[in-house]
Amino acid sequence: MSNNVTTIRPFTAAAFNQYLAEHKLMTVKCSKCGGVYAPPRAICPKCHSEEMEWVEASSKGKLAGFTVIYSGPTFMVEQGFDKKNPYVSGIVELEEGTFISARITGLDMSKPAEIKVGTPLNVDFVEFGEGDAKKTYLAFKV
Amino acid sequence: MPKTKSLPRGVAMVGAGMSKFGTFAEKNSRDLFVESYKAMTKSVDKGFDPAIIEAMYVGNFSSDQFEHQAHLAPILADSVGLLPIPATRVEDACASGGVALRQGVMAIASGMADVVLVGGAEKMTALNTAAVTEALATAADVPFEIPAGFTFPGFYAAMASAYMAQYSMKSEHLMNVAIKNHDNAALNPNAQFGVTIQTWMEGRVAAALKKGRPAPTWSTIWDFLHDESGNPTIAYPLRLFDCSPVSDGAAAVLLVAEEIAHQFTDHPIRIVGSAQASGSALHDRPSLTSIPAAKVAAANAYEMAGVTAKDIRIAEVHDCFTIAEVIASEDLGFFAPGEGFKAAEDGMTARSGTKPINTSGGLKAKGHPVGASGVAQAVEVFKQMRGQADARQVDGDVSLALTHNVGATGSTCTVHVFERRN
Repeated sequence: MSNNVTTIRPFTAAAFNQYLAEHKLMTVKCSKCGGVYAPPRAICPKCHSEEMEWVEASSKGKLAGFTVIYSGPTFMVEQGFDKKNPYVSGIVELEEGTFISARITGLDMSKPAEIKVGTPLNVDFVEFGEGDAKKTYLAFKV
Repeated sequence: MPKTKSLPRGVAMVGAGMSKFGTFAEKNSRDLFVESYKAMTKSVDKGFDPAIIEAMYVGNFSSDQFEHQAHLAPILADSVGLLPIPATRVEDACASGGVALRQGVMAIASGMADVVLVGGAEKMTALNTAAVTEALATAADVPFEIPAGFTFPGFYAAMASAYMAQYSMKSEHLMNVAIKNHDNAALNPNAQFGVTIQTWMEGRVAAALKKGRPAPTWSTIWDFLHDESGNPTIAYPLRLFDCSPVSDGAAAVLLVAEEIAHQFTDHPIRIVGSAQASGSALHDRPSLTSIPAAKVAAANAYEMAGVTAKDIRIAEVHDCFTIAEVIASEDLGFFAPGEGFKAAEDGMTARSGTKPINTSGGLKAKGHPVGASGVAQAVEVFKQMRGQADARQVDGDVSLALTHNVGATGSTCTVHVFERRN
């Protein structure tokens, strides 16, 4: 019997990010009521159960809302984004019906008015930095 | 769903004042708070002895980040000579002021105090714009929203993109909100941007000519607002004039038990509804075109006050971005979902309209020193309800008014209902 209880990772931001570093987008599922959540939660907001489990997301989603950002925070500027090289942040509805914030890649940012809410997306992982400073960011590509 | 309770004891606002909002290199949050306190004391018709104030609540988002000064409440109490009363700083991002107001209401309604000072203060402009943007971003769900690159203009831009996809709104429609709020702020001497967009545009042309540069060829404000050089895109689809500014400012109101209000004024403003609700990060909501916490807070405040949206004569709503005012006007039940932008276009939310919104100029043009905003909203309804709003006074009787104050993208929302009897 493959009982992996001892290896269950805690339902924390650190564990979520560790999965991202392994190129896995993980949701959390309530064993009692079946609710699926991303980002992770230790307690089910619907039935208050504490019996949660990690489940890998299907990797597909669609764009629920987006913005093209011309003036981003310092860490985005360090990654090469600015007025002339903007980026897209979005909210993605996963196939499972839950939503998550992510970077959106593969869009033509010179024509933001042509970006459509509802565009189908696939999960992607963007890495920045070297060695111990390497960080993996959740992204979705067109 | 939080239970709605009626207030066990009546609460009245008998004084209200604010500092000028703007950029003040020589003033810190306590200097601004002192200004607002002095304006508040002047507004109390029969005067009062400050020694009777029993407690103080102050809304402040992040003096820690903005001024490198935490523990602000006792400092502000000391600055206006109120030691040793209990002074409490309240932090719920941009809703800090509204939450502080609610704490004051609860202190009096519970019987713990008869006279309470509620303040709000924020000094933001000591940091540069990039640093302010990052400080504000800490109001988001940092580990799960910020890595996506979101900024606050970005969050509200994403809400606008969803609204535009769901309804027939174009980003141009949002300009009606900015134009209206600047029109109102032009009549508010305390506003940060006390000019219409027309005057602003003319100023830009005059400045270019003075420097010997070619004058821009805008002939109307719509040319100006459509031009990237006049109104640059910040986070598509939102542009500069869709965004509230970075501001310094403070506001203060005096709350008392209703049974002693006559000692302060013959024209008290009763607070008859006070509600607060919490919400998730933006991505954890069923819809991006409405703020659930605002709907819950509105429903509870209406129920407590025994009124409906239709009864409200004027409202000060949280227009940190133009789209936020449109969504607020729907969440509060003033207009049906998808109709808020049309109401703004049709002038229904102008001072002369059927439902005037943000007669003060709103956060957009009056300014948005974040922790002060929720209290400054109460200052505006105090003036409007007592016929003291001078050039921007709305016509007719303002017997019921509302304030709506939002933290972050809607993780906190407070709604207060004010009534004038007589």
